[in-house]
Amino acid sequence: MEAALFWPLALVAIVAAVAVIAARNAVYSALFMVVVLFCLALLYLSLGAEFLAAVQIIIYAGAIMVLFLFVITLLNPQALPEQEHLPGQRWLGLPLLGLLVLALVAVVASAAWRPLPPSTLPANNIVAVGQAIFRSYLFPFEITSLLLLVAIVGAVVLAQRRA
Amino acid sequence: MLLELLLIASVKSAIALLVVITAAAYTVWLERKLVGRMQTRIGPNRVGPFGLLQPLADAIKLFFKETFIPREADKALFLIAPGISLVAALLTIAVLPFGETVTVLGREIMLSITDLNIGVLYILAVSSLGVYGIVLAGWSSNNKYSLLGGLRSSAQMISYELALGLSLVGVLMLAGSASLREIASAQQAVPFVVLQPLAFVIYLIAAFAETNRAPFDLPEAETELVAGYHTEYSGMRFATFFLAEYANLITVAILASVLFLGGWHLPVVGVVGSGWLAVVLGVLWLLLKVLVLLFCFIWVRATLPRIRYDRLMQLGWKGLLPLGLLNIFATGLGVELLARGWPAPLLVAANVALTLAALELLFRLARPLAAPAAAGARAAAGAAARGGE
Repeated sequence: MEAALFWPLALVAIVAAVAVIAARNAVYSALFMVVVLFCLALLYLSLGAEFLAAVQIIIYAGAIMVLFLFVITLLNPQALPEQEHLPGQRWLGLPLLGLLVLALVAVVASAAWRPLPPSTLPANNIVAVGQAIFRSYLFPFEITSLLLLVAIVGAVVLAQRRA
Repeated sequence: MLLELLLIASVKSAIALLVVITAAAYTVWLERKLVGRMQTRIGPNRVGPFGLLQPLADAIKLFFKETFIPREADKALFLIAPGISLVAALLTIAVLPFGETVTVLGREIMLSITDLNIGVLYILAVSSLGVYGIVLAGWSSNNKYSLLGGLRSSAQMISYELALGLSLVGVLMLAGSASLREIASAQQAVPFVVLQPLAFVIYLIAAFAETNRAPFDLPEAETELVAGYHTEYSGMRFATFFLAEYANLITVAILASVLFLGGWHLPVVGVVGSGWLAVVLGVLWLLLKVLVLLFCFIWVRATLPRIRYDRLMQLGWKGLLPLGLLNIFATGLGVELLARGWPAPLLVAANVALTLAALELLFRLARPLAAPAAAGARAAAGAAARGGE
Protein backbone atom coordinates (compact mmCIF):
# COMPACT_ATOMS: atom_id res chain seq x y z
CA MET A 1 0.00 0.00 0.00
CA GLU A 2 2.74 2.40 1.02
CA ALA A 3 4.88 1.62 -2.02
CA ALA A 4 1.90 1.77 -4.37
CA LEU A 5 1.27 5.31 -3.15
CA PHE A 6 4.90 6.32 -2.82
CA TRP A 7 6.08 5.87 -6.42
CA PRO A 8 3.31 7.78 -8.24
CA LEU A 9 3.40 10.54 -5.62
CA ALA A 10 7.17 10.80 -5.77
CA LEU A 11 7.06 10.97 -9.55
CA VAL A 12 4.42 13.72 -9.57
CA ALA A 13 6.32 15.62 -6.88
CA ILE A 14 9.58 15.54 -8.85
CA VAL A 15 7.95 16.49 -12.17
CA ALA A 16 6.12 19.37 -10.45
CA ALA A 17 9.32 20.45 -8.68
CA VAL A 18 11.12 20.66 -12.02
CA ALA A 19 8.15 22.58 -13.42
CA VAL A 20 8.46 25.11 -10.58
CA ILE A 21 11.81 26.31 -11.91
CA ALA A 22 11.07 25.60 -15.58
CA ALA A 23 7.77 27.49 -15.83
CA ARG A 24 8.01 30.80 -17.71
CA ASN A 25 5.24 32.36 -15.67
CA ALA A 26 5.72 32.94 -11.93
CA VAL A 27 2.05 32.22 -11.22
CA TYR A 28 2.44 28.76 -12.72
CA SER A 29 5.63 28.25 -10.69
CA ALA A 30 3.68 28.98 -7.53
CA LEU A 31 0.92 26.57 -8.56
CA PHE A 32 3.40 23.76 -9.27
CA MET A 33 4.87 24.45 -5.85
CA VAL A 34 1.39 23.83 -4.40
CA VAL A 35 1.31 20.49 -6.26
CA VAL A 36 4.66 19.53 -4.69
CA LEU A 37 3.39 20.43 -1.21
CA PHE A 38 0.24 18.45 -1.84
CA CYS A 39 2.21 15.35 -2.82
CA LEU A 40 4.28 15.67 0.35
CA ALA A 41 1.08 15.92 2.41
CA LEU A 42 -0.25 12.76 0.76
CA LEU A 43 3.04 11.00 1.49
CA TYR A 44 2.72 11.92 5.18
CA LEU A 45 -0.82 10.58 5.03
CA SER A 46 0.33 7.27 3.54
CA LEU A 47 2.76 6.94 6.47
CA GLY A 48 -0.09 7.40 8.97
CA ALA A 49 0.86 10.95 9.98
CA GLU A 50 -2.54 12.57 9.41
CA PHE A 51 -1.89 15.52 11.68
CA LEU A 52 1.30 16.43 9.85
CA ALA A 53 -0.47 16.07 6.49
CA ALA A 54 -3.31 18.40 7.53
CA VAL A 55 -0.91 20.96 8.97
CA GLN A 56 1.25 20.78 5.83
CA ILE A 57 -1.77 21.77 3.73
CA ILE A 58 -3.15 24.37 6.14
CA ILE A 59 0.17 26.19 6.64
CA TYR A 60 2.02 25.76 3.36
CA ALA A 61 -0.70 25.40 0.72
CA GLY A 62 -3.38 27.36 2.55
CA ALA A 63 -1.38 30.30 3.90
CA ILE A 64 2.20 30.64 2.68
CA MET A 65 1.61 29.87 -0.99
CA VAL A 66 -1.48 32.10 -1.01
CA LEU A 67 0.75 34.94 0.23
CA PHE A 68 3.28 34.12 -2.51
CA LEU A 69 0.50 34.20 -5.07
CA PHE A 70 -0.71 37.50 -3.59
CA VAL A 71 2.69 39.10 -4.10
CA ILE A 72 3.19 37.60 -7.57
CA THR A 73 -0.19 38.69 -8.91
CA LEU A 74 0.21 42.12 -7.32
CA LEU A 75 3.70 42.86 -8.67
CA ASN A 76 3.53 40.97 -11.99
CA PRO A 77 7.25 40.02 -12.15
CA GLN A 78 7.07 39.50 -15.94
CA ALA A 79 6.89 43.27 -16.29
CA LEU A 80 9.97 43.91 -14.12
CA PRO A 81 13.35 44.37 -15.88
CA GLU A 82 15.47 41.23 -15.83
CA GLN A 83 18.70 41.76 -13.91
CA GLU A 84 21.36 39.76 -12.13
CA HIS A 85 21.91 41.01 -8.61
CA LEU A 86 25.32 39.36 -8.27
CA PRO A 87 27.49 39.55 -11.38
CA GLY A 88 28.28 36.07 -12.71
CA GLN A 89 25.86 34.25 -10.38
CA ARG A 90 24.66 32.04 -13.23
CA TRP A 91 28.12 30.66 -13.88
CA LEU A 92 28.99 30.36 -10.24
CA GLY A 93 25.81 28.33 -9.72
CA LEU A 94 26.94 25.39 -11.82
CA PRO A 95 30.03 24.32 -9.78
CA LEU A 96 28.11 24.96 -6.55
CA LEU A 97 25.33 22.68 -7.76
CA GLY A 98 27.90 20.00 -8.54
CA LEU A 99 29.28 20.35 -5.02
CA LEU A 100 25.82 19.98 -3.51
CA VAL A 101 25.03 16.87 -5.57
CA LEU A 102 28.38 15.33 -4.54
CA ALA A 103 27.65 16.02 -0.87
CA LEU A 104 24.16 14.54 -1.12
CA VAL A 105 25.43 11.41 -2.90
CA ALA A 106 28.14 11.00 -0.25
CA VAL A 107 25.59 11.28 2.57
CA VAL A 108 23.11 8.87 0.97
CA ALA A 109 25.84 6.35 0.08
CA SER A 110 27.37 6.34 3.55
CA ALA A 111 24.06 6.11 5.43
CA ALA A 112 23.32 2.89 7.29
CA TRP A 113 19.86 1.92 5.99
CA ARG A 114 17.58 -0.10 8.18
CA PRO A 115 13.83 -0.73 7.87
CA LEU A 116 11.60 1.15 10.28
CA PRO A 117 9.53 -0.95 12.66
CA PRO A 118 5.97 -1.09 11.25
CA SER A 119 3.63 1.71 12.43
CA THR A 120 5.80 3.59 14.89
CA LEU A 121 3.17 6.32 15.12
CA PRO A 122 0.44 6.04 17.73
CA ALA A 123 -3.14 6.09 16.45
CA ASN A 124 -3.87 9.50 17.90
CA ASN A 125 -1.43 11.73 16.07
CA ILE A 126 -2.42 15.00 17.68
CA VAL A 127 -1.60 13.79 21.20
CA ALA A 128 1.70 12.29 20.02
CA VAL A 129 2.82 15.46 18.24
CA GLY A 130 1.76 17.57 21.23
CA GLN A 131 3.73 15.38 23.63
CA ALA A 132 6.78 15.52 21.37
CA ILE A 133 6.72 19.31 21.00
CA PHE A 134 5.78 20.33 24.52
CA ARG A 135 7.63 17.60 26.47
CA SER A 136 10.59 16.09 24.63
CA TYR A 137 11.51 19.01 22.39
CA LEU A 138 10.23 22.02 24.33
CA PHE A 139 13.50 23.95 24.23
CA PRO A 140 14.13 23.65 20.44
CA PHE A 141 10.46 24.55 19.91
CA GLU A 142 10.76 27.73 21.98
CA ILE A 143 14.03 28.67 20.25
CA THR A 144 12.31 28.26 16.86
CA SER A 145 9.48 30.54 17.90
CA LEU A 146 12.03 33.09 19.07
CA LEU A 147 13.64 32.89 15.63
CA LEU A 148 10.29 33.59 13.99
CA LEU A 149 9.72 36.51 16.37
CA VAL A 150 13.07 38.00 15.31
CA ALA A 151 12.01 37.67 11.67
CA ILE A 152 8.71 39.44 12.38
CA VAL A 153 10.44 42.29 14.23
CA GLY A 154 12.90 42.59 11.34
CA ALA A 155 10.08 42.81 8.81
CA VAL A 156 8.32 45.49 10.87
CA VAL A 157 11.53 47.52 11.16
CA LEU A 158 12.13 47.33 7.40
CA ALA A 159 8.53 48.35 6.67
CA GLN A 160 8.79 51.28 9.11
CA ARG A 161 11.99 52.53 7.51
CA ARG A 162 10.42 52.36 4.03
CA ALA A 163 7.32 54.29 5.09
CA MET B 1 -16.59 -6.79 2.29
CA LEU B 2 -14.45 -4.11 0.67
CA LEU B 3 -16.98 -3.87 -2.14
CA GLU B 4 -19.75 -3.40 0.37
CA LEU B 5 -17.85 -0.62 2.16
CA LEU B 6 -17.18 1.03 -1.17
CA LEU B 7 -20.84 0.81 -2.12
CA ILE B 8 -22.02 2.31 1.19
CA ALA B 9 -19.47 5.13 0.90
CA SER B 10 -20.51 5.92 -2.71
CA VAL B 11 -24.22 5.96 -1.89
CA LYS B 12 -23.62 8.19 1.12
CA SER B 13 -21.40 10.55 -0.92
CA ALA B 14 -23.99 10.77 -3.71
CA ILE B 15 -26.80 11.55 -1.26
CA ALA B 16 -24.71 14.11 0.64
CA LEU B 17 -23.62 15.85 -2.58
CA LEU B 18 -27.18 15.97 -3.88
CA VAL B 19 -28.49 17.30 -0.56
CA VAL B 20 -25.84 20.01 -0.22
CA ILE B 21 -26.09 21.19 -3.84
CA THR B 22 -29.89 21.34 -3.67
CA ALA B 23 -29.68 23.06 -0.30
CA ALA B 24 -27.23 25.59 -1.77
CA ALA B 25 -29.64 26.35 -4.62
CA TYR B 26 -32.53 26.77 -2.19
CA THR B 27 -30.46 28.92 0.15
CA VAL B 28 -30.24 31.34 -2.77
CA TRP B 29 -34.03 31.21 -3.04
CA LEU B 30 -34.41 31.70 0.73
CA GLU B 31 -32.02 34.63 0.65
CA ARG B 32 -33.86 36.36 -2.21
CA LYS B 33 -37.20 35.81 -0.47
CA LEU B 34 -36.02 37.03 2.93
CA VAL B 35 -34.01 40.00 1.66
CA GLY B 36 -37.04 40.89 -0.45
CA ARG B 37 -39.26 40.89 2.65
CA MET B 38 -36.73 42.90 4.63
CA GLN B 39 -36.65 45.50 1.86
CA THR B 40 -40.49 45.49 1.62
CA ARG B 41 -40.46 43.64 -1.69
CA ILE B 42 -42.00 40.27 -2.47
CA GLY B 43 -38.98 38.47 -3.92
CA PRO B 44 -39.20 35.74 -6.58
CA ASN B 45 -42.82 34.60 -7.01
CA ARG B 46 -43.25 33.91 -10.75
CA VAL B 47 -41.89 30.39 -11.25
CA GLY B 48 -43.87 27.79 -9.32
CA PRO B 49 -45.68 28.28 -5.98
CA PHE B 50 -43.84 30.91 -3.84
CA GLY B 51 -41.23 31.02 -6.62
CA LEU B 52 -39.99 27.61 -5.48
CA LEU B 53 -38.92 26.59 -8.98
CA GLN B 54 -36.82 29.75 -9.41
CA PRO B 55 -33.48 27.95 -8.69
CA LEU B 56 -34.32 25.41 -11.40
CA ALA B 57 -35.18 28.14 -13.89
CA ASP B 58 -31.94 29.97 -13.06
CA ALA B 59 -29.92 26.79 -13.50
CA ILE B 60 -31.47 26.11 -16.93
CA LYS B 61 -30.82 29.69 -18.00
CA LEU B 62 -27.19 29.57 -16.88
CA PHE B 63 -26.63 26.21 -18.63
CA PHE B 64 -27.58 27.65 -22.00
CA LYS B 65 -25.63 30.88 -21.70
CA GLU B 66 -22.49 31.31 -23.75
CA THR B 67 -19.17 30.73 -22.00
CA PHE B 68 -17.22 33.87 -22.70
CA ILE B 69 -13.42 33.92 -22.41
CA PRO B 70 -11.63 37.29 -22.66
CA ARG B 71 -9.05 37.29 -25.47
CA GLU B 72 -6.15 38.29 -23.21
CA ALA B 73 -7.10 35.87 -20.46
CA ASP B 74 -4.90 32.97 -19.35
CA LYS B 75 -7.27 30.36 -20.77
CA ALA B 76 -6.25 27.25 -18.84
CA LEU B 77 -6.42 28.91 -15.42
CA PHE B 78 -9.52 30.90 -16.37
CA LEU B 79 -11.35 27.66 -17.15
CA ILE B 80 -10.29 25.62 -14.11
CA ALA B 81 -10.53 28.36 -11.45
CA PRO B 82 -14.28 27.92 -10.75
CA GLY B 83 -13.74 24.17 -10.51
CA ILE B 84 -11.10 24.63 -7.79
CA SER B 85 -13.52 26.73 -5.74
CA LEU B 86 -16.37 24.24 -6.06
CA VAL B 87 -14.25 21.15 -5.40
CA ALA B 88 -12.77 22.72 -2.27
CA ALA B 89 -16.26 23.65 -1.09
CA LEU B 90 -17.73 20.19 -1.71
CA LEU B 91 -14.78 18.21 -0.28
CA THR B 92 -15.59 19.51 3.20
CA ILE B 93 -18.86 17.56 3.17
CA ALA B 94 -16.89 14.31 3.60
CA VAL B 95 -16.57 14.71 7.36
CA LEU B 96 -19.73 16.67 8.23
CA PRO B 97 -21.94 14.61 10.57
CA PHE B 98 -25.69 14.84 10.04
CA GLY B 99 -26.91 12.56 12.81
CA GLU B 100 -26.58 9.45 14.94
CA THR B 101 -25.83 5.95 13.61
CA VAL B 102 -28.74 4.09 11.98
CA THR B 103 -29.16 0.39 11.26
CA VAL B 104 -30.13 -0.45 7.67
CA LEU B 105 -30.49 -4.12 6.64
CA GLY B 106 -28.52 -5.18 9.67
CA ARG B 107 -25.63 -2.84 8.97
CA GLU B 108 -24.58 0.03 11.21
CA ILE B 109 -24.40 3.17 9.10
CA MET B 110 -23.31 6.51 10.53
CA LEU B 111 -24.90 9.59 9.07
CA SER B 112 -21.73 11.13 7.72
CA ILE B 113 -19.61 10.01 4.80
CA THR B 114 -16.65 9.33 7.04
CA ASP B 115 -15.25 10.29 10.41
CA LEU B 116 -11.62 11.38 10.61
CA ASN B 117 -9.85 11.82 13.91
CA ILE B 118 -8.48 15.05 12.43
CA GLY B 119 -11.93 16.11 11.14
CA VAL B 120 -11.68 19.77 12.17
CA LEU B 121 -8.20 20.11 10.68
CA TYR B 122 -9.35 18.41 7.49
CA ILE B 123 -12.10 21.01 7.08
CA LEU B 124 -9.65 23.87 7.73
CA ALA B 125 -7.18 22.39 5.23
CA VAL B 126 -9.66 21.78 2.43
CA SER B 127 -11.56 25.04 2.83
CA SER B 128 -8.29 27.01 2.82
CA LEU B 129 -7.73 25.79 -0.75
CA GLY B 130 -10.92 27.42 -2.04
CA VAL B 131 -9.16 30.78 -2.12
CA TYR B 132 -6.96 29.52 -5.00
CA GLY B 133 -10.02 29.44 -7.23
CA ILE B 134 -10.80 33.06 -6.41
CA VAL B 135 -7.23 34.38 -6.72
CA LEU B 136 -6.61 32.51 -9.98
CA ALA B 137 -9.94 33.66 -11.42
CA GLY B 138 -8.99 37.24 -10.59
CA TRP B 139 -5.52 36.98 -12.06
CA SER B 140 -6.32 34.94 -15.17
CA SER B 141 -9.17 37.26 -16.24
CA ASN B 142 -6.57 39.94 -17.03
CA ASN B 143 -8.92 42.60 -15.73
CA LYS B 144 -8.07 45.20 -13.09
CA TYR B 145 -11.31 44.76 -11.19
CA SER B 146 -11.00 40.99 -11.19
CA LEU B 147 -7.39 41.18 -10.02
CA LEU B 148 -8.25 43.55 -7.16
CA GLY B 149 -11.08 41.25 -6.12
CA GLY B 150 -8.73 38.27 -6.08
CA LEU B 151 -6.06 40.15 -4.11
CA ARG B 152 -8.54 41.34 -1.52
CA SER B 153 -9.86 37.84 -1.19
CA SER B 154 -6.44 36.28 -0.54
CA ALA B 155 -5.53 38.87 2.11
CA GLN B 156 -8.93 38.57 3.76
CA MET B 157 -8.90 34.76 3.81
CA ILE B 158 -5.45 34.56 5.41
CA SER B 159 -6.30 37.17 8.02
CA TYR B 160 -9.55 35.58 9.13
CA GLU B 161 -8.47 31.97 8.85
CA LEU B 162 -6.15 32.59 11.80
CA ALA B 163 -9.01 33.87 13.93
CA LEU B 164 -11.24 31.00 12.79
CA GLY B 165 -8.60 28.41 13.65
CA LEU B 166 -7.89 29.97 17.06
CA SER B 167 -11.60 30.04 17.92
CA LEU B 168 -11.78 26.29 17.32
CA VAL B 169 -8.84 25.49 19.62
CA GLY B 170 -10.96 26.11 22.74
CA VAL B 171 -13.56 23.64 21.51
CA LEU B 172 -10.89 21.02 20.79
CA MET B 173 -9.44 21.54 24.28
CA LEU B 174 -12.81 20.92 25.94
CA ALA B 175 -13.75 17.95 23.76
CA GLY B 176 -10.26 16.43 23.84
CA SER B 177 -10.65 15.34 20.23
CA ALA B 178 -10.65 16.76 16.69
CA SER B 179 -13.24 14.31 15.38
CA LEU B 180 -16.53 16.07 14.64
CA ARG B 181 -18.61 13.14 15.93
CA GLU B 182 -16.72 13.02 19.20
CA ILE B 183 -16.98 16.80 19.62
CA ALA B 184 -20.75 16.60 19.11
CA SER B 185 -21.00 13.71 21.59
CA ALA B 186 -19.01 15.69 24.17
CA GLN B 187 -21.86 18.25 24.22
CA GLN B 188 -24.64 15.94 25.35
CA ALA B 189 -24.85 17.70 28.72
CA VAL B 190 -23.92 21.30 27.86
CA PRO B 191 -23.49 22.73 24.34
CA PHE B 192 -20.11 24.41 23.95
CA VAL B 193 -21.66 27.78 23.17
CA VAL B 194 -22.26 28.10 26.94
CA LEU B 195 -18.66 27.24 27.79
CA GLN B 196 -17.09 29.00 24.80
CA PRO B 197 -19.21 32.09 24.13
CA LEU B 198 -16.22 34.17 23.02
CA ALA B 199 -15.04 31.46 20.63
CA PHE B 200 -18.54 31.24 19.16
CA VAL B 201 -18.66 34.97 18.44
CA ILE B 202 -15.16 34.93 16.91
CA TYR B 203 -16.10 31.89 14.83
CA LEU B 204 -19.24 33.53 13.48
CA ILE B 205 -17.49 36.80 12.53
CA ALA B 206 -14.59 34.95 10.92
CA ALA B 207 -17.04 32.68 9.10
CA PHE B 208 -18.74 35.70 7.54
CA ALA B 209 -15.35 36.84 6.25
CA GLU B 210 -14.28 33.38 5.08
CA THR B 211 -17.45 32.92 3.03
CA ASN B 212 -17.18 36.42 1.51
CA ARG B 213 -20.56 37.36 2.94
CA ALA B 214 -21.73 40.89 3.65
CA PRO B 215 -20.49 42.90 5.54
CA PHE B 216 -17.18 41.34 4.44
CA ASP B 217 -18.00 40.85 0.73
CA LEU B 218 -15.13 43.07 -0.43
CA PRO B 219 -13.78 40.60 -3.03
CA GLU B 220 -16.95 41.18 -5.04
CA ALA B 221 -17.90 44.66 -3.87
CA GLU B 222 -20.18 45.71 -6.73
CA THR B 223 -20.01 49.43 -5.97
CA GLU B 224 -16.26 49.57 -6.56
CA LEU B 225 -15.20 46.42 -8.43
CA VAL B 226 -18.10 45.67 -10.83
CA ALA B 227 -18.35 42.08 -9.61
CA GLY B 228 -14.82 41.51 -8.29
CA TYR B 229 -13.10 38.26 -9.13
CA HIS B 230 -15.96 36.89 -11.24
CA THR B 231 -16.46 40.01 -13.39
CA GLU B 232 -15.49 38.20 -16.60
CA TYR B 233 -17.35 34.98 -15.90
CA SER B 234 -20.65 33.99 -17.48
CA GLY B 235 -22.92 30.98 -17.77
CA MET B 236 -22.13 27.77 -15.90
CA ARG B 237 -18.71 28.93 -14.74
CA PHE B 238 -20.27 31.91 -13.01
CA ALA B 239 -22.89 29.56 -11.54
CA THR B 240 -20.06 27.33 -10.27
CA PHE B 241 -18.63 30.20 -8.21
CA PHE B 242 -22.10 31.00 -6.94
CA LEU B 243 -22.72 27.38 -5.95
CA ALA B 244 -19.34 27.15 -4.21
CA GLU B 245 -20.12 30.27 -2.18
CA TYR B 246 -23.45 28.93 -0.96
CA ALA B 247 -22.08 25.43 -0.36
CA ASN B 248 -19.44 27.08 1.86
CA LEU B 249 -22.16 28.96 3.68
CA ILE B 250 -24.01 25.73 4.44
CA THR B 251 -20.79 24.01 5.56
CA VAL B 252 -20.04 26.87 7.92
CA ALA B 253 -23.57 26.72 9.37
CA ILE B 254 -23.44 22.94 9.89
CA LEU B 255 -19.98 23.25 11.45
CA ALA B 256 -21.21 25.93 13.86
CA SER B 257 -24.17 23.73 14.84
CA VAL B 258 -21.96 20.69 15.44
CA LEU B 259 -19.06 22.44 17.18
CA PHE B 260 -20.92 24.93 19.34
CA LEU B 261 -24.65 24.18 19.45
CA GLY B 262 -24.59 20.49 20.33
CA GLY B 263 -25.16 19.02 16.87
CA TRP B 264 -27.94 16.46 16.61
CA HIS B 265 -28.15 15.65 20.32
CA LEU B 266 -31.67 16.40 21.52
CA PRO B 267 -31.98 18.72 24.53
CA VAL B 268 -34.10 16.18 26.41
CA VAL B 269 -32.47 12.78 26.60
CA GLY B 270 -34.37 9.52 26.88
CA VAL B 271 -37.89 10.75 26.04
CA VAL B 272 -37.97 9.21 22.57
CA GLY B 273 -35.59 6.33 23.25
CA SER B 274 -32.91 5.49 20.72
CA GLY B 275 -34.81 4.02 17.77
CA TRP B 276 -35.44 5.42 14.30
CA LEU B 277 -37.63 8.19 15.72
CA ALA B 278 -34.80 9.53 17.84
CA VAL B 279 -32.43 9.54 14.86
CA VAL B 280 -34.91 11.38 12.63
CA LEU B 281 -35.70 13.91 15.35
CA GLY B 282 -31.95 14.42 15.86
CA VAL B 283 -31.41 15.16 12.17
CA LEU B 284 -34.35 17.58 12.19
CA TRP B 285 -32.98 19.26 15.33
CA LEU B 286 -29.64 19.81 13.56
CA LEU B 287 -31.48 21.07 10.48
CA LEU B 288 -33.39 23.59 12.61
CA LYS B 289 -30.14 25.00 14.02
CA VAL B 290 -28.64 25.23 10.54
CA LEU B 291 -31.72 27.06 9.27
CA VAL B 292 -31.63 29.55 12.17
CA LEU B 293 -27.95 30.23 11.44
CA LEU B 294 -28.64 30.66 7.71
CA PHE B 295 -31.43 33.08 8.58
CA CYS B 296 -28.95 35.07 10.69
CA PHE B 297 -26.44 35.13 7.82
CA ILE B 298 -29.10 36.53 5.49
CA TRP B 299 -30.41 38.91 8.14
CA VAL B 300 -26.94 40.39 8.67
CA ARG B 301 -26.54 40.84 4.92
CA ALA B 302 -29.78 42.80 4.75
CA THR B 303 -28.85 44.91 7.79
CA LEU B 304 -25.18 45.89 7.73
CA PRO B 305 -23.33 48.00 5.16
CA ARG B 306 -20.01 46.78 3.78
CA ILE B 307 -17.02 47.40 6.05
CA ARG B 308 -14.11 49.49 4.75
CA TYR B 309 -11.02 47.54 3.76
CA ASP B 310 -8.55 48.95 6.30
CA ARG B 311 -11.13 48.42 9.05
CA LEU B 312 -11.59 44.83 7.93
CA MET B 313 -7.87 44.23 8.45
CA GLN B 314 -7.91 46.10 11.76
CA LEU B 315 -10.81 44.00 13.03
CA GLY B 316 -9.12 40.77 11.99
CA TRP B 317 -5.59 41.40 13.24
CA LYS B 318 -6.13 43.74 16.21
CA GLY B 319 -9.52 42.45 17.31
CA LEU B 320 -10.27 38.83 16.58
CA LEU B 321 -6.72 37.43 16.63
CA PRO B 322 -5.77 38.63 20.17
CA LEU B 323 -9.23 37.69 21.45
CA GLY B 324 -8.79 34.21 20.00
CA LEU B 325 -5.47 33.85 21.86
CA LEU B 326 -7.09 35.21 25.03
CA ASN B 327 -9.83 32.61 24.72
CA ILE B 328 -7.27 29.79 24.54
CA PHE B 329 -5.60 31.01 27.74
CA ALA B 330 -8.95 31.46 29.47
CA THR B 331 -10.04 27.95 28.45
CA GLY B 332 -6.79 26.43 29.70
CA LEU B 333 -7.14 28.26 33.02
CA GLY B 334 -10.78 27.20 33.32
CA VAL B 335 -10.02 23.53 32.68
CA GLU B 336 -7.19 23.61 35.22
CA LEU B 337 -9.26 25.37 37.91
CA LEU B 338 -12.17 22.96 37.37
CA ALA B 339 -9.78 20.06 37.89
CA ARG B 340 -8.72 21.66 41.21
CA GLY B 341 -12.30 21.68 42.42
CA TRP B 342 -13.48 25.23 41.68
CA PRO B 343 -17.28 25.41 41.21
CA ALA B 344 -18.30 25.19 37.55
CA PRO B 345 -21.03 27.90 37.66
CA LEU B 346 -18.48 30.43 38.95
CA LEU B 347 -16.12 29.64 36.07
CA VAL B 348 -18.92 29.90 33.49
CA ALA B 349 -19.98 33.26 34.95
CA ALA B 350 -16.39 34.52 34.81
CA ASN B 351 -16.14 33.38 31.19
CA VAL B 352 -19.36 35.19 30.26
CA ALA B 353 -18.07 38.37 31.93
CA LEU B 354 -14.81 38.04 29.99
CA THR B 355 -16.77 37.61 26.77
CA LEU B 356 -18.85 40.74 27.39
CA ALA B 357 -15.71 42.76 28.10
CA ALA B 358 -14.09 41.40 24.92
CA LEU B 359 -17.16 42.26 22.84
CA GLU B 360 -17.15 45.83 24.20
CA LEU B 361 -13.53 46.10 23.05
CA LEU B 362 -14.48 44.73 19.64
CA PHE B 363 -17.29 47.26 19.21
CA ARG B 364 -14.92 50.10 20.15
CA LEU B 365 -12.57 48.89 17.43
CA ALA B 366 -15.34 48.73 14.84
CA ARG B 367 -16.58 52.23 15.66
CA PRO B 368 -15.63 55.07 13.29
CA LEU B 369 -12.22 56.59 14.01
CA ALA B 370 -13.52 60.11 14.68
CA ALA B 371 -16.40 59.73 17.11
CA PRO B 372 -19.64 61.07 15.57
CA ALA B 373 -20.42 62.92 18.81
CA ALA B 374 -17.25 64.98 18.48
CA ALA B 375 -17.93 65.66 14.81
CA GLY B 376 -21.49 66.72 15.69
CA ALA B 377 -20.21 69.07 18.40
CA ARG B 378 -17.75 70.62 15.94
CA ALA B 379 -20.50 71.15 13.39
CA ALA B 380 -22.71 72.73 16.06
CA ALA B 381 -19.85 74.99 17.16
CA GLY B 382 -19.25 75.99 13.54
CA ALA B 383 -22.93 76.77 13.06
CA ALA B 384 -22.95 78.82 16.29
CA ALA B 385 -19.88 80.75 15.17
CA ARG B 386 -21.49 81.50 11.82
CA GLY B 387 -24.73 82.46 13.54
CA GLY B 388 -22.80 84.89 15.78
CA GLU B 389 -21.26 86.78 12.86
